[in-house]
Amino acid sequence: MAETHTLVNTLCYHCGDECQTTAYQKDDRQFCCQGCQSVYTILSGAGMCSYYHYNDHPGTTRTRVDKRFDYLSNPEVMAELLDYADERQQAITLYIPHIHCSSCLWLLEQLNRFNPGIHYSRVDFLKKQLIVRYDAGKFTLQQLVELLNDIGYEPLISLQDIIKKQNKASKGNLVQKIAVAGFCFGNVMLLSFPEYFGLSAFEQSFKYFFGWLNVLFSLPVVFYSGRGYFVSAWYNLKNKVLNIDFPLALGIAVLFLRTVVEVATNSGAGFADTLCGLVFFLLVGKFVQQKTYHHISFERDYRSFFPVAVQVIAEGREKALPLSAIQTGHRIVIRHNEIIPADAILLKGEALIDFSFVTGEAVPVNKTLGEIIYAGGRQTGEAIELEVVKAVSQSYLTQLWNNEVFTRKQDNRMKTFSDRVSKYFTIVLIAVAMISLAAWLPFDYRRGIDAFTAVLIVACPCALALSTPFTMAAALSIFDRNLFYLKNTAVVEQLARIDTLVMDKTGTITTGSKSIELNGTLGPKHRRLIYSACANSIHPLSRMICQYFGYPEKGNVTDYCEIAGEGIRATVDGHRLLVGSSKLIFGQSQGEHLTTRVHLMIDGQYLGYFGFNHQYREGLKQVAELADSYTLYLLSGDQDQERGELLAYFLDNEHLFFAQSPQQKLDRIETLQQQGRQVMMLGDGLNDSGALMQSELGVAVTDDVNNFSPGSDAILDGRSFAKIPAFLRFSKDAVNIIHCSFLISLTYNLVGLSYAVSGNLSPLVAAVLMPLSTATIISFTTLATHFMAKRRNLL
Amino acid sequence: MNIIYLLIGCSVLLALIFLAAFFWAQRSGQHDDLYTPSIRILLDDENEPVNKK
Repeated sequence: MAETHTLVNTLCYHCGDECQTTAYQKDDRQFCCQGCQSVYTILSGAGMCSYYHYNDHPGTTRTRVDKRFDYLSNPEVMAELLDYADERQQAITLYIPHIHCSSCLWLLEQLNRFNPGIHYSRVDFLKKQLIVRYDAGKFTLQQLVELLNDIGYEPLISLQDIIKKQNKASKGNLVQKIAVAGFCFGNVMLLSFPEYFGLSAFEQSFKYFFGWLNVLFSLPVVFYSGRGYFVSAWYNLKNKVLNIDFPLALGIAVLFLRTVVEVATNSGAGFADTLCGLVFFLLVGKFVQQKTYHHISFERDYRSFFPVAVQVIAEGREKALPLSAIQTGHRIVIRHNEIIPADAILLKGEALIDFSFVTGEAVPVNKTLGEIIYAGGRQTGEAIELEVVKAVSQSYLTQLWNNEVFTRKQDNRMKTFSDRVSKYFTIVLIAVAMISLAAWLPFDYRRGIDAFTAVLIVACPCALALSTPFTMAAALSIFDRNLFYLKNTAVVEQLARIDTLVMDKTGTITTGSKSIELNGTLGPKHRRLIYSACANSIHPLSRMICQYFGYPEKGNVTDYCEIAGEGIRATVDGHRLLVGSSKLIFGQSQGEHLTTRVHLMIDGQYLGYFGFNHQYREGLKQVAELADSYTLYLLSGDQDQERGELLAYFLDNEHLFFAQSPQQKLDRIETLQQQGRQVMMLGDGLNDSGALMQSELGVAVTDDVNNFSPGSDAILDGRSFAKIPAFLRFSKDAVNIIHCSFLISLTYNLVGLSYAVSGNLSPLVAAVLMPLSTATIISFTTLATHFMAKRRNLL
Repeated sequence: MNIIYLLIGCSVLLALIFLAAFFWAQRSGQHDDLYTPSIRILLDDENEPVNKK
């Protein structure tokens, strides 16, 4: 009896993809491709198969694209990339997007077993960085990168790394400030206890001692930890802006002065505990706000898409030159999947350029010899040779990027609620303080001064300053969990204000590229005829049909005529061909289909059609349902073949714009803004980046968060596209929560003020009331945010 | 009761030492990466001999 043999292990041992073939086997293990097999071979050869023990299929599938790392031997490039270098040792930090599990960590930290020249390798998992130190005599940077590439962890080295600005210092030493404030806070609390509960008569000498100790402890709190508030308040005042730092700095100053005066005159205990607690909580709030750090870099710009170096042909040999050294007249070689860095003329080879970065059109375009190819295109065929006609800095992409939108300061469009409120808050606060001073002054000047300072102390907007960071941090972590990554907390408020959604088509509401499907049967002869006709056209659909046929021999084409928007009419080897829309063939437009169709007719006989499927993202329907409360627009770089289907999702033709250039997209957004709309732009490629920047809120939709393009405000993982309505609603909730917590803190302030205005604010009341309000705000915001997230099904 | 002066001095001194220790830890980069070590500790030291061919 014949034994039925089933293939047991059809998943690649390395990456877990399905094995389409049994060709790649080693040690009884199946691999999906040569790449995965060779990684396994390298690993097993080095005795490092433990890599596979920590996880099933830890590897990522190996792209078998020939990439050259020659430029890494160029001393100029190396000098920019290395963190440290001397004759013996070199150190480098590499960004490796593929790091995703503990196996990666293990493998990358064992690099010295591949080559003893590597002394040290350490992974920072969240930042996806690898720090390597190696012996410069035994090992080179190029070898290192090639080794990493061989084991499936190709580092992403971009021009961005090379021209990175040295802006590391901005992070500051907030943690240390918190430590100091916390240390002083604890000690002051301890020393204030006797004061709270009263000291007996013979212990009064301690009062003086404790008082001065408290003053001593508040010195570092005010002048080290709280320094930032004074500096910020001063700068804002100089720029004639009243932000929340001003009342905070005022409160801190008054608390400190009053404490010093009371201790010095032996008239009271002062407010040292309140002061230290206030600064401590404020700094913690600031820290929470800063902790919204993501493993995604939002600061990338177009340069991160350009290659670091280009192969230049000089004197018959290829040589890698850094991008900045590329000049007009250079002959450059661009290989498969490489981006053309500068406008250039095609000299040799068949160029099939994917301009999706620039125009949004996802189908590659054929270019003929001598034609100018604009920068930003990606070669998808064989290697081509080009002559540079414009230096990198002047080329098309750079021009687009130099639009004023990109140079505009980004921050000023994000005005948060607390920014706006704090202005009025400050004015009211000072008014109340002045009035109470003026009211008391005629009767009792001491009391007047007490009341004046007490108002400033009690109304110090610490809850005001805390509610936003805590709510927003909670909201951000919920967005994060749903694969929606926001640049900073201000984006949440921006999101709540949006009333218009503008969407790009390709890559945003559709996934991936189109697939081609033949409906009908074609004999070899028909195939050849149709190919011959389509080969003459540069229309994207024709290109796809040609690719589908796999480039057979061409027939003799006569009477070729291409009708824009309809199709091709031609005679090939004596046969009449019609290839195109139903209008061309049946004389009328057919009803709406889910696919773009290209019908085929030879000698009057209908042979079927090609269907071009574009899959709309899951959830487009839900997003389209937003139309009740939001205005939806489509802004696409593509032609309008899909107008019919898209009308099902958008209101009417007025809301659909096709064939838009990047500049037109940007202008369109600007027009909407001039109508007073708050625009959220959802886009993907570099071609949308202008529009993303111009809009109030630019969201990059991507299937791979490490591969997103422009400097947007938020990144949305394609899988969460359906959740957009929930995100919008939740952002509104978050803003409501902030408003509520403002109300709560206002209530506390009113209670405190009634004590303060009467001039009776005792240190005990202040010490209880202020931390209590802080604790209420923090717990309220956190709980409320989670409750709302549950309601919106985001948790 | 005057011993309180000494005790407070001692406690503040101790607290200052802890603060200094924290500063040292912070400056030497111990808090830079708070996540990776938690994975690293789970990886076993292996005994399988390195395959030298």
